[in-house]
Amino acid sequence: MAESIPVGHGSDDADHGEHGGHHEMTFGEKYIFPLDHKMISMQYMFTGMFMAIIGGFFAYAFRMQLAFPGMEVPGWGHVSPADYNSLVTNHGTIMIFWVAMPVLIAAFGNYLIPLMIGADDMVFPKINRLSYQIFLLSAVIILAAFFVEGGAFGGAWTAYPPLSTKAEYNLTPLGQTFWIVAVALEFVAFLLGGINFITTAMNSRAPGMKMWDIPMVVWMIVIASILFMLSVGPLLAGGIMMIFDQQVGTAFFDPDQGGDPVLWQHLFWFFGHPEVYVVLLPAVGIVAEVITVFSRKKLFGYKTILYTAIGTGVLSFTVWAHHQFISGIDPRMANVFTVTTLLISVPIAEMMFVYIATLYGGSITLTTPMLWALSFIFEFLIGGITGIFLGASGNDIFLHDTYFVLAHFHYTFYPIAIIGTFAGFTFWFPKMFGRMMNDGLGKLHFWLTVIPFNLIFLPLFVLGTAGQHRRIFDYTNFPDLALPWMQDLRVLATVSLCVMLGAQLIFFYNVITSWMSGPTAGKNPWNSNTLEWTATSPPPHGNWPEGLPTCYRGPYEYSVEGRESDFWPQDEPA
Amino acid sequence: MPRVKSATSPSITKMSSSTSDLRLIQEEHGEPRVLSNGVLGMSLFILTEIMLFAGMVSSFTIVRASSAIWPPPDQPRLPIEATAFNTLALFLSGFFLIMAQRRFASDRDAVRNPLMASIGLGVFFVVFQGWEWASMLGQGLTVTSSILGSFFYLIVGTHAAHAIVSVGLLIQAWHRLQAGWLQPSQLATAAVLWYFVVGAWPVIYWRIYL
Repeated sequence: MAESIPVGHGSDDADHGEHGGHHEMTFGEKYIFPLDHKMISMQYMFTGMFMAIIGGFFAYAFRMQLAFPGMEVPGWGHVSPADYNSLVTNHGTIMIFWVAMPVLIAAFGNYLIPLMIGADDMVFPKINRLSYQIFLLSAVIILAAFFVEGGAFGGAWTAYPPLSTKAEYNLTPLGQTFWIVAVALEFVAFLLGGINFITTAMNSRAPGMKMWDIPMVVWMIVIASILFMLSVGPLLAGGIMMIFDQQVGTAFFDPDQGGDPVLWQHLFWFFGHPEVYVVLLPAVGIVAEVITVFSRKKLFGYKTILYTAIGTGVLSFTVWAHHQFISGIDPRMANVFTVTTLLISVPIAEMMFVYIATLYGGSITLTTPMLWALSFIFEFLIGGITGIFLGASGNDIFLHDTYFVLAHFHYTFYPIAIIGTFAGFTFWFPKMFGRMMNDGLGKLHFWLTVIPFNLIFLPLFVLGTAGQHRRIFDYTNFPDLALPWMQDLRVLATVSLCVMLGAQLIFFYNVITSWMSGPTAGKNPWNSNTLEWTATSPPPHGNWPEGLPTCYRGPYEYSVEGRESDFWPQDEPA
Repeated sequence: MPRVKSATSPSITKMSSSTSDLRLIQEEHGEPRVLSNGVLGMSLFILTEIMLFAGMVSSFTIVRASSAIWPPPDQPRLPIEATAFNTLALFLSGFFLIMAQRRFASDRDAVRNPLMASIGLGVFFVVFQGWEWASMLGQGLTVTSSILGSFFYLIVGTHAAHAIVSVGLLIQAWHRLQAGWLQPSQLATAAVLWYFVVGAWPVIYWRIYL
């Protein structure tokens, strides 16, 4: 640890001699144990993508079982009921905690925050490195559970006790503990990351960058980090209690010995609902950056979006029990939670309108990132509207645990975690790797991802309203749920999933070939205003070796009247 | 928009007026920092810690309120008086740390005694608590003997873990002071965590012991 008091606005816990690009680093320092925020971001990004491939493969295996019960699934083999439970549980857990969180918050947060606010690095680079190392350890643990005795945990990603705490019910004596330990470690990793993001954005901004000059995506990641830090404590507490119940023999969640199983549901969903907004807000921020650049217009209602996001964050702590309408909570409480749940759709709808107002009258260019951003608005809208049906407690009793819930959930998380990520990744790819992506392949990948996505989940809405319960391994055992038209819809969803997964090969091909041999991007290929585009592409260690930029204006001064060019970079003196 | 540099720009005036008692620590780059990196980072960490303890204590409160018989039969009584004495020691430790921080600005050498007293009382608190655990275990209150025991060891143990780490940070600050390196912001960072440990304890004492 450096003992000198930090000078400038750099890091508190790293040696300042490392910054500025003069110091020759070994391979290990640069790629394996880096302190540089961009390299840590790439570690998060590629670990997240790797986990997404695994999560997608799990989805493929159990969807094949649902569409063609009992078949030998190519690449997996026969799916046993225990396999099925492990697959759905770990698909959900991995996609949320090891894909959405690391990519949207950790990867984009690490990459964008220092570059967008004009800093040379995070304020705590060593904590940042530790954050990734803990995250990697947690990823190893969740995957290692598949190779221990009894296999990986199969009690659903919500892990309700007593199924999750008693090995005689879930039959995974080790897998259950691996699962909760991995989740807890992952939270510790993001806790460390969140501390870094907020402190950096508050303390390390470029000279002249005032509160309202901070790009929206940075604000959104900061607000999301605050939400995460405020909501994760109770679930960590619950996680510790669950580990004790599983391995020590306590009875926190066992009603026979004085515990309370619904307690876990409260602790879980107190975190679980704000978590939706923890991943939503960064995606909303990414979309804000993309649509302003490609419609060449100022972001409509900067402060409105910001206050709306804060309001959403506050409200998100008051809605958690809408997941528990049939868990025996008092119907009067259910009414309260119905009201708060319906209320929270108001700020989100407001954001949608603000984005449409930003697009209105702009000179829109339909580049690949713009297509992703526009589809985010459209698809998330479907997710939001179907949520209103589920928020109403009377209706939810009918739809609870059906595929309607599942389709609604995927219509919110898919736009956030996949579409939002692709919007951001294709938008900042030139900055990250210094080369342009192939636009034609990018658009092909876009259409082959978004159309099959809708074909997967629209049928599931129909099946859900027809009463298809979600936790069933083989519907042929339930004649009412195995009608020919229902099976046809299941096959449609599964085939669409296979098409969508196959289309990701186009993406990886595009990334690799563009990275190797794409046209050079230059500093600012999109004519964007924000500070990261004033650094070279890719930015060197220390981001601006020749001196950190100064900020003179807000981030969205596009098409300002009386100026020759239609953009006005934040660092350009007036 | 003109370049903002001087300390009289509107946003800065607004900031310092709302936090007038806080010293602006650094002004070299960008807007001045109201809180140093370490203090801000630690404060954010403590937000999570507050929620962690809130989750545990409220869980305990719910379980206790929904139990027909409380406390569970055949379980020993928690040592209310001895722990009250120990609470006092913890408060005194926090008080000495405040004193150490206040003296830092004027005289580095005057920091030693209060910081030492604070660390000593902190160690006393942890050791006393450990002795209390040993006697409770001897009387038959274990992690698995009842839901009271489970929550007692979970919550008090989590608090003790924080106390140990926090005392470690204070000892590290002491070493830096001896070596002449200690900066006010470093002491403040360690102190914020210790104030949290001190401040969380009365709530735990009230909810668990009383």
